[in-house]
Amino acid sequence: MNNQTQRLSLGSLLRRPEAGSFLGLVAVFIFFSIFGGSDFASLTGAASWLNVAASIGIVAIPIGLLMIAGQLDISIGSLIPAGSMTLAIVSGHYHAPILVGIAAALALGAVVGLLNGLIVVRTAVPSFIVTLGTLFAVAGLTLGLSVLLTGTTSVAIKPGPEAKWMLGQFIGGLYQVTILWWIAAALLFGFILHYSPYGNWIFAMGGDQVSARNAGIPTERMTILLFMSSGVSATFVGLSQAILYSSAQVSAGQSYIFNAIISVVVGGVLLSGGYGSVFGIVLGTLTFAIVNQGIYYTPFDANWASLIIGILLLLAVVLNNTFRKVALTHAPAKGKAKK
Amino acid sequence: MNPPLLKLTNVNKSFGPIDVLYDISLEVKAGEVLCLLGDNGAGKSTLIRIMSGVHTPTSGTIEMNGKVVAFKSPRDASEHGIATVHQFGGTFPLMSIGRSFFVGAEPTKGWGPFKRFDRVRANDIAVKAVQGLGITRIDDGDRLVGGLSGGERQALAIARAVHFGASVLILDEPTAALGVKEAAHVLRIVLQARRKGIAVIFITHNVVHALTVGDHFAVLIRGAKAADFKKGEKSREEITDLMAGGEHMAELEAEIESYMAVHDAP
Repeated sequence: MNNQTQRLSLGSLLRRPEAGSFLGLVAVFIFFSIFGGSDFASLTGAASWLNVAASIGIVAIPIGLLMIAGQLDISIGSLIPAGSMTLAIVSGHYHAPILVGIAAALALGAVVGLLNGLIVVRTAVPSFIVTLGTLFAVAGLTLGLSVLLTGTTSVAIKPGPEAKWMLGQFIGGLYQVTILWWIAAALLFGFILHYSPYGNWIFAMGGDQVSARNAGIPTERMTILLFMSSGVSATFVGLSQAILYSSAQVSAGQSYIFNAIISVVVGGVLLSGGYGSVFGIVLGTLTFAIVNQGIYYTPFDANWASLIIGILLLLAVVLNNTFRKVALTHAPAKGKAKK
Repeated sequence: MNPPLLKLTNVNKSFGPIDVLYDISLEVKAGEVLCLLGDNGAGKSTLIRIMSGVHTPTSGTIEMNGKVVAFKSPRDASEHGIATVHQFGGTFPLMSIGRSFFVGAEPTKGWGPFKRFDRVRANDIAVKAVQGLGITRIDDGDRLVGGLSGGERQALAIARAVHFGASVLILDEPTAALGVKEAAHVLRIVLQARRKGIAVIFITHNVVHALTVGDHFAVLIRGAKAADFKKGEKSREEITDLMAGGEHMAELEAEIESYMAVHDAP
């Protein structure tokens, strides 16, 4: 039974969901190391894209899990500023303890996620439409309530030293502490998806919802929990930004929708569900952040960054499709199959 | 004598004003293969859905081992030991053999929140179960289901059902999408399941396949049971005629021949 141990070979590595994103990351890194000069690869340069990657990465991972389960959540685009504003209004405007503000922001993410999940499960409307609705609804609520309660769309907050230390400090003066939170999220969700039995349920749900339910998986509860985790992660990113910048704005999150989805897809997650990995999502996020920030180190105009990202996305999808086909058609060589 | 494992008595099903099944009575005993024959649209799918708990009958009863049962859901039916395998077998093409085998019943190791999916054990059991059905080509539980051939996927799905203790195995057109050789393999697996004492309900419109494995046959025509007979009681031609809805296939063939003669004439 030597087949039961994971065979480590070049072939088996190429058949993993993150194979394409790993090659993409290497290519992008080499490209910007050449054109970005020594600044790009320096500690400061690394900080610029790691910081960007961390805040996208924290939302991209739960979004990726949702996509593997066959769903999509774009309401994060307004949940991020909603999280910032909730914290700033509760703890900045009303001077409540910072923990109350953090709890309120996270609770908001959980409630909106619960609502997303419940609507998707009960109505069977595609989650893209449902979360498009909540995207606008939450954006409107955030704007309306902010103006109503504070009279402005930008609220300042003075986080105490503990809050700064937990969520808003720069390690070594360069690296945002959110990088550590991102690593923690990757470890947690990586364990859930790839090692816990729940991960199997998520893959099965994305593969075929009806069969998964018939196999006894509580698909509705899982769907709701996944939406709640993406909601909470979005408000978490929002509140940590409010603490980092000591202020919150009503509109500061729409770009996250596409950035997170690009990161997830570049990371090898199948848009229609059932395939992907947390490690791939992390690599995809890094790739996206390197392109997004690396352009500033090159002699090229920053306006070209979107072009590169667009091409990168298309290449990544094609590459991931190819690697997935390789994984699908893989059969052990004839000689090995004989006993 | 033992009561039949699964027995349907006067089952009717209508969707709103449309009657789909009329007065279907069937029974299947342990270690017996019941072939359900019928043309497209004869009500086979609806009957399968009733037996596997997707639909509830409008009237009539379902009994298992002599006791009346009412399936609330497919999950409920499978807890009663009814397993349904669909035409394309495994429905999770992008999952590994080991993972898809144990969907919803994952073996774990470790403790509390650190319980982990036991990949090695899952792969081992899945591969052994499939090899037990004679598919020795499968030896790596990490392979993706989508990379298997149609027959191998059927075998995997049947192995899964048998492993989880199914007493009634419903096979929905298992050979329809397969080549001759693969179909023969699946038929052999059906006979293996029968030998294990499982009651098999084999749905097909291929009369040859049905005659190869069946002990008992029922023909459905437009939602009603048109015939019910035992092995050896009817010939292949008679069954084919029956399935065509009483219209004689010979007449149809003659019609086609004359049509061809007119149109192919040089």
